Amino acid sequence: MPTILQVSNLIKRFGSLTAVNQVSFEIVEGSCFGLLGPNGAGKTTTIEMMEGIKQPDGGTIRYRGKPLGEQFRNEAGIMFQSTALQDFITVREVMRQFSRFYPHSANIDELADRFALHEFLGQDTRKLSGGQKQRLLLAMAMINQPKILFLDEPTTGLDPQSRRNLWDQVQQVRAQGATILLTTHYMEEAYELCDEIAIMDHGRIIAHDAPDALLAAHFNDVVVQLHATDLPREIGEPEFDAVYRNDSAHIVTGDVNQTVENLLRLDIPLDHLRIRARDLEDLFLELTGRELRT
Amino acid sequence: MNWRRIYALFVARNLEFVRDRSSLAWNLLLPILIIIGFAYAFTGDSPEKFKVGLVASAQLEPSALEFRSTRYIKFIDFDQVDSNLVKVERHQIDLLFDADSRRYWINRSSPNGYIVEKLLIAAFSGAAGKLQKSLVEGDEIRYLDWVMPGVIGMNIMWGALFGIGYVIVRYRKFGVLKRISATPVTAMEFLSAQILSRLCLLLVVNLLIYVGMDFFVDFRMHGSYFNLLLVFILGSVNLICCGLVVAARISSEEVANGLLNLFSWPMMFLSGVWFSLEGAHPLMQKLALLLPLTHITAAARAIMIDGAGLLDISDHLLVLAISSAILLFIGARIFRWE
Ligand SMILES: Nc1ncnc2c1ncn2[C@@H]1O[C@H](COP(=O)(O)OP(=O)(O)O)[C@@H](O)[C@H]1O
Ligand SMILES: [Mg+2]
Repeated sequence: MPTILQVSNLIKRFGSLTAVNQVSFEIVEGSCFGLLGPNGAGKTTTIEMMEGIKQPDGGTIRYRGKPLGEQFRNEAGIMFQSTALQDFITVREVMRQFSRFYPHSANIDELADRFALHEFLGQDTRKLSGGQKQRLLLAMAMINQPKILFLDEPTTGLDPQSRRNLWDQVQQVRAQGATILLTTHYMEEAYELCDEIAIMDHGRIIAHDAPDALLAAHFNDVVVQLHATDLPREIGEPEFDAVYRNDSAHIVTGDVNQTVENLLRLDIPLDHLRIRARDLEDLFLELTGRELRT
Repeated sequence: MNWRRIYALFVARNLEFVRDRSSLAWNLLLPILIIIGFAYAFTGDSPEKFKVGLVASAQLEPSALEFRSTRYIKFIDFDQVDSNLVKVERHQIDLLFDADSRRYWINRSSPNGYIVEKLLIAAFSGAAGKLQKSLVEGDEIRYLDWVMPGVIGMNIMWGALFGIGYVIVRYRKFGVLKRISATPVTAMEFLSAQILSRLCLLLVVNLLIYVGMDFFVDFRMHGSYFNLLLVFILGSVNLICCGLVVAARISSEEVANGLLNLFSWPMMFLSGVWFSLEGAHPLMQKLALLLPLTHITAAARAIMIDGAGLLDISDHLLVLAISSAILLFIGARIFRWE
């Protein structure tokens, strides 16, 4: 598949801070590309330069081989991390307004159906709940039937149910052949939705591949997880090299049998024992020594 | 320029204006208060139907004292004739009497002057020597007639500067502009829609004021309505463009507010809306020419009071048109979405 959007050596500085530092990657047409990183990593700055909203201080951005221009504006659908809409305007009116901005627009009623907005069409946009507003913003991003869709932390702040809903909708968009660039600090979101992930930290990309390939490349071991109260630090840290996160102790091991045997030998209760594969959170911790969610 | 996009922005902005009750109320209430204020201040029959200006340096002679005791005439003491003749010209007083020289002045076209003159002659009928009569010319121009064009101009100024400046800064602050910038809409399209929307709203609101004022207080309008409309359209566009330049970059409501006040208050008092600049310091008169409201007020006043044609006010129109174009160019050039 051809490359639809390509960035190379992208740089953005805010005063003395280099928010985006020599970032390069390519997005394959029809794929979903995820930028995963903690708050402040530079995801928004990167995606907004790619949207043509912010001017880079260095590097190039090419859409279908050309600099961003009118074709890009007409073919891109954009959902910002946070967006205010004009006051005193209803859902239908704002959708109609934005549909008039484009030469080829989707049908408003069909979009409203698809994003479960029909019963709110006559409602003032300020009276929508968080999930409804995100759906409206997604519908607005889809109003020009975009070839490429930019989603900046689309589910941050949503409850789990609304998040699931939004994921379903993104997957539908994806299934219809649109390319998606998504940023998130939720590991599950990146894992669930993306074909390819770039992990970002301090303005740099520190790892980049398909999710499973990333995990396979870095890990051939699993995590044995226990309650922190069951495995006190005094034992866990010296004996098992355990890492403590929140209320649980994580033991990374290549040999589960041996580890469990050792735990039994020390009379550690195994009632809350879980064994899981390593995930992207672990990978981030491994790469940076810090946690993804802070 | 894509008119479909401009139309979409225009419609949305108008909806917001009409639905924003508090600001709509303010936009309509302020003019209505002005109308009521003027109606109250300038109608209301005073019991003193007649006004006579009196200049006297010595003791009044008996006939003059008799005239002065006439009931229902209000006598106003002046210390000299020359500077007060204009009041006779403009019908602000019906007769001016110089008791020292027994001269009086009346306006040829004033019925009140005619009656007061008869009373004066009657009072002096027994006295030796004669009264000396002088005539002045001039149509009646009440302060209301004089101030009306400026009041509309001022109202346009507030509506244009704040209606554009403040709104765009708020749009920018909350990210409404940023979302629009992610579409094919260009800055020029966005600004055009804002100008058109504000222009229509200003014209409608000020038409209401005009009609309301006409209904309550019947003021003087000697010129062509078309010319007047042209002046107000040009003036509105000019002041809207001023608002655009102020709002082109900043994203703080407080800063916008401060700047807009900095622009509007001097205009309010230095543009000759409330008092004539004729006696002002020459430097101030020059400075006043830099203010758009000066040109709007002067042009509208010339049309309404003197019935001036477009040629008579072409200087003002030219200044307004050229500076609008320059301001719009600057505003569009330095405009920022974020
Ligand atoms: N307009 C700005 N001015 C100054 N610093 C900024 C600005 N925007 C972002 N930053 C800084 O750049 C860094 C990256 O921010 P951002 O791209 O928003 O991160 P993310 O989206 O990954 O949370 C942060 O340290 C942030 O404080
Ligand atoms: Mg962000």
